[in-house]
Amino acid sequence: MKTLDLQELEKRFQEKVDKEIKIEPNDWMPDEYRKTLIRQISQHAHSEIVGMLPEGNWITRAPNLRRKAVLLAKVQDEAGHGLYLYSSVETLGADREATMDDLHSGKAKYSSIFNYPAVTWADIGTIGWLVDGAAIMNQVALCRCSYGPYARGMVKICKEESFHQRQGYESLVTLCNGTPAQKAMAQDAMNRFWWPALMMFGPSDADSPHSAQSMKWKIKRFSNDELRQSFVDATVPQAEILGLTIPDPNLKWNEERGHYDFSPINWDEFWQVVNGNGPCNKERIDARKKAKENGMWVREAAMAYAEKRAMKKTA
Amino acid sequence: MKNESLYNYVLRLGDDSLILGQRLGEWCGHGPILEEDIAMTNISLDLIGQAMSLLDYAGEIDGNGKDHDALAFLRFENEYQNALLVEQPNGDFADTMMRQFLFDAFRQPLFEKLVHSSDAQLSAIAEKSLKETRYHLKHTSEWIIRLGDGTEESHTRAQKALDNLWRYTDELFSETSADLSLVTSGIVPSMVEIKEVWNKTVHAVFAEATLQIPTNNWQFEGGRRGVHSEHLGYLLADLQYMQRAYPNMKW
Repeated sequence: MKTLDLQELEKRFQEKVDKEIKIEPNDWMPDEYRKTLIRQISQHAHSEIVGMLPEGNWITRAPNLRRKAVLLAKVQDEAGHGLYLYSSVETLGADREATMDDLHSGKAKYSSIFNYPAVTWADIGTIGWLVDGAAIMNQVALCRCSYGPYARGMVKICKEESFHQRQGYESLVTLCNGTPAQKAMAQDAMNRFWWPALMMFGPSDADSPHSAQSMKWKIKRFSNDELRQSFVDATVPQAEILGLTIPDPNLKWNEERGHYDFSPINWDEFWQVVNGNGPCNKERIDARKKAKENGMWVREAAMAYAEKRAMKKTA
Repeated sequence: MKNESLYNYVLRLGDDSLILGQRLGEWCGHGPILEEDIAMTNISLDLIGQAMSLLDYAGEIDGNGKDHDALAFLRFENEYQNALLVEQPNGDFADTMMRQFLFDAFRQPLFEKLVHSSDAQLSAIAEKSLKETRYHLKHTSEWIIRLGDGTEESHTRAQKALDNLWRYTDELFSETSADLSLVTSGIVPSMVEIKEVWNKTVHAVFAEATLQIPTNNWQFEGGRRGVHSEHLGYLLADLQYMQRAYPNMKW
């Protein structure tokens, strides 16, 4: 058989992508495609795991047992998403522990939204509604990603995320129909989370370094700005139903565009938080490092025991 | 109240689930392995679910219209009747697994017997809880064996956890004279039977785990009659915070 040259392989790869044929782990793929996916999927996995912290922080203080159970189940789902995603990364030849070490060293990023603190109970509903809502906008598109394992994982993840979003919204409906103190708590959460939620879609298209190639490879289907606009359009009417004010004086319907106009995003804040200067960056990474360090002896024990068992079997 | 003995019995079952579920929830996001984070959250979720059914039923027996939330969030510290074991702090992973194992080994035979209770509601709750408890016990037994017979460090930690927690185990089997009347009516089993099964389980698992049962057999009690350790107050401060800070609101 004739060895295919690199150009020919790349050409065939792109043809498959163009025909919407999924790329599977054993298929040939360009190194950069593999690297991009490892970076993106591991960041996604880290976001799920770091995202457990602001919400987990409210499990012991949930206001009633039903909300406590719902929150436990939700955070458990996030951990499950982390597991699928780390498994997807492993299909690309990366190692789960090594990608986690990259998180701890600051080399790998995660969604910046989790660097904001969850300080009141209303933050939990707001995170479900806005943060999971923004995540779904991104993730629904990822269900059609060209890489098979990631696309299939996203289908299941999206179902759960959309459930979380409805739970979050339902929790806010209760607050907004409650006492003035509860309504004020909900508005305060909206004031703090609105802009960070819009930042979740990443830099503007003009400043997004990896976007064009990812679109060509069909890892990405829509640009950051397109997704951000869809999110604003979908969310404004939901806020109106709640009776909450979106903290943007320039937010208004643009008949001509058929979209809402909104103020420019504070990109200085975005980059500060991405680069480690958000209110909770240090706390989040420290918590993950501590879990790893404190768990070292547990993992060693499990391995030592498994080895002893294997030796007994062969003896 | 139409049946104070049954009320107290069901309340104790509910409080054990509630307080231990609350404790395990503290692990969320901080587990030693992602899989264990999920497992501990899952056990916590099961226990909170049990607490809801049991406290609702206690409220029903009481007849004062209190639901699970009124009982879970709005009692004073000395009105909780959980065993001292379940309010002990999480400590390290060995402490948490040991506390859970000692408890699961007690709850499995208890629910097995309660399934046959002449009280239909209690029997139904026991049946559902038993399925969950079997998984919990399987999980914690395996970890106790793994930690005990793993590395030198894990063995030392597991042994230390056992030494610390053993003194809270007798209380699980305490019986009041009111309980004995429930035994006579066939509503609940005798704790003598439960302890026999528990003893067999823990001895078998500790033997495989190469762990030694402490020779100092001094035992503490108090939780069942509302006299708790200092730890419970802090746990309740977290648990009750929202209901105390924002009274009479719907969430």
